[in-house]
Amino acid sequence: MSFYDVLQKYDKNVVMQKIQSVKAEDVTRVLAKESYSPEDYMVLISPAASVYLEEMARKAQQITLQHFGRSVVLYAPLYLANYCVNNCLYCGFNVHNKIERRKLGLKELVAEAKSLSSTGIRHILLLTGESKKHSPVEYIKDCVKVVSEFFSSVSIEVYPLEEEEYRLLVENGVDGLTIYQEVYDEKVYEIMHPGGPKRDFKFRLETPERGCKSGMRSVGVGALMGLADWRSEAFFTALHAYYLTNKYPEVDISLSIPRMRPHAGSFEVPSPVDDRAFVQILLAARLFLRHVGITISTREKSYFRDNLIGLGVTKMSAGSATEVGGYVEKRGDGQFEISDDRSVEEIRQMLYSKGFQPVFKDWQYI
Amino acid sequence: MSKDALVIGGIELRSRLFIGSGKYSSNSLIPQIVDRSGAQVVTVAVRRVDLASEEENMLNHIPKDCVLMPNTSGARNAEEAVRIARLARAMGCGDWIKIEVISDTKYLLPDNLETLKATEILAKEGFVVLPYMCPELMTAKRMRDAGAAAVMPLGAPIGTNKGLRTKELVKIMIEEIDLPIIVDAGIGKPSEAAEAMELGAAAVLVNTAIASAGDAVGMAEAFSLAVKAGRMAYLAGTGAVKNFAEASSPLTGFLDKAVSKK
Repeated sequence: MSFYDVLQKYDKNVVMQKIQSVKAEDVTRVLAKESYSPEDYMVLISPAASVYLEEMARKAQQITLQHFGRSVVLYAPLYLANYCVNNCLYCGFNVHNKIERRKLGLKELVAEAKSLSSTGIRHILLLTGESKKHSPVEYIKDCVKVVSEFFSSVSIEVYPLEEEEYRLLVENGVDGLTIYQEVYDEKVYEIMHPGGPKRDFKFRLETPERGCKSGMRSVGVGALMGLADWRSEAFFTALHAYYLTNKYPEVDISLSIPRMRPHAGSFEVPSPVDDRAFVQILLAARLFLRHVGITISTREKSYFRDNLIGLGVTKMSAGSATEVGGYVEKRGDGQFEISDDRSVEEIRQMLYSKGFQPVFKDWQYI
Repeated sequence: MSKDALVIGGIELRSRLFIGSGKYSSNSLIPQIVDRSGAQVVTVAVRRVDLASEEENMLNHIPKDCVLMPNTSGARNAEEAVRIARLARAMGCGDWIKIEVISDTKYLLPDNLETLKATEILAKEGFVVLPYMCPELMTAKRMRDAGAAAVMPLGAPIGTNKGLRTKELVKIMIEEIDLPIIVDAGIGKPSEAAEAMELGAAAVLVNTAIASAGDAVGMAEAFSLAVKAGRMAYLAGTGAVKNFAEASSPLTGFLDKAVSKK
């Protein structure tokens, strides 16, 4: 049984109804508990719970401190290529978008890696668009070998692969996989992904599990907040993480709540997520999934990111460039617009000033 | 050698409080924590050691007269623990190794079987092996037979600050195993550290309770005093626990006096 079968057991309308009908007394009862079920998580993301953010924040802070200490792991993305055959309506790399398509040669990659590692970054996330022609698994493997010389942890966020392909990458130095479902509502998914291999909802949904089976140390899931109603999306994202932690206890599962940002093209965000909603999702996730890592990218504004530290966030990107070759030369046609353009050093100082330790290295390739 | 010495791996230790190095707001706090806690043994996660960074390398913050106890945090099986241990040695972290094998990210409980396997391999390679384990007598005996220098049972799940919840099992290990028993993980308050020491634990390892305290440096000193008090109480021999109160001036004392007055 995969998570696809689990998902079939839930009727989205029933889930929404349950969430909408939560009462204040349900929230106070759940807040007093020490461990939570998926049903409790529904209570925490309900409209009724939205007035309990302060109480939730206090509890989330205490849990975060206990499990992760006063520290935040820093990482940076590195875009290898932006060739893409998909036409996801919301994405800057959409096949129909007229942007300059590029792919890093291995020599250019060395320059990028050198430039990025000189900032102190030790954990890296390699990204590509979906193109088996321009960025096949062999190419990704070669890139992994190159960057392993400069970084102590290498994760990938590329198009969904088969278990065997992931295993090949693990053997060559990859230890983490990030793969967002984008949207858990299958009908919305179909609308958002009108063409390309990404149309296969089930194959994508089962990707994190293939990563777990392949020997990845850490696997991150997430939904692109804003594509469908956030309460149900937040529920299914957390349910996915919950399913994976129970089935693959040896893998570090993490969760991300990326919000839609403006990009090349003219996509209107269908269900925008405001700051209060974002914080509610974050806090509810921390209470429900105590040991799960939570990542916040530079899609969020600096003021907002700074204030989330200590409330559940365990990992942040810093000094990010979301364009191919962006660490050597900035051009401005990235996958999404960065809202926090502070340097690694500025993020480092900000964490110290808030009483938190920036952790640059939290894994060592062995 | 002083009268009540704890010797591990040929080193006579001056403190029975071992400390961790993670979870602090800054590595620069470590020297103050070492100073106020009086601790000599400091455990360090090899995965976090960054030799390439002058400022962020936590090894640079640990005073030179400390005994480094690198740990294999992040290892999911014996093989990974062995590889991390060898890496620690190659990094110049010495021969001590705390084996930590966790394949359960939810409760973070150690895997005793894999830990035992790693103990067997690393002891043969000349490491001073300190396995972190779920308190279980038979496995602890096998770890001793495999060459462990000490055994480190948990008091409660790591990071929980719940105290010495495994007391009965740890007590049996102290009585039955002729190796230092070091209570690692779960100790949340100085009183609980004292409790472990009164029981006869050779030492305690504390990290979260100090790192997550309002004043980490103050808490480090409180733990230092508690460990000393607990050890003194153990050596002094605590009085028997009884079910009924027993007055210091016995009620039947007059019988003896009556005899002598006759």
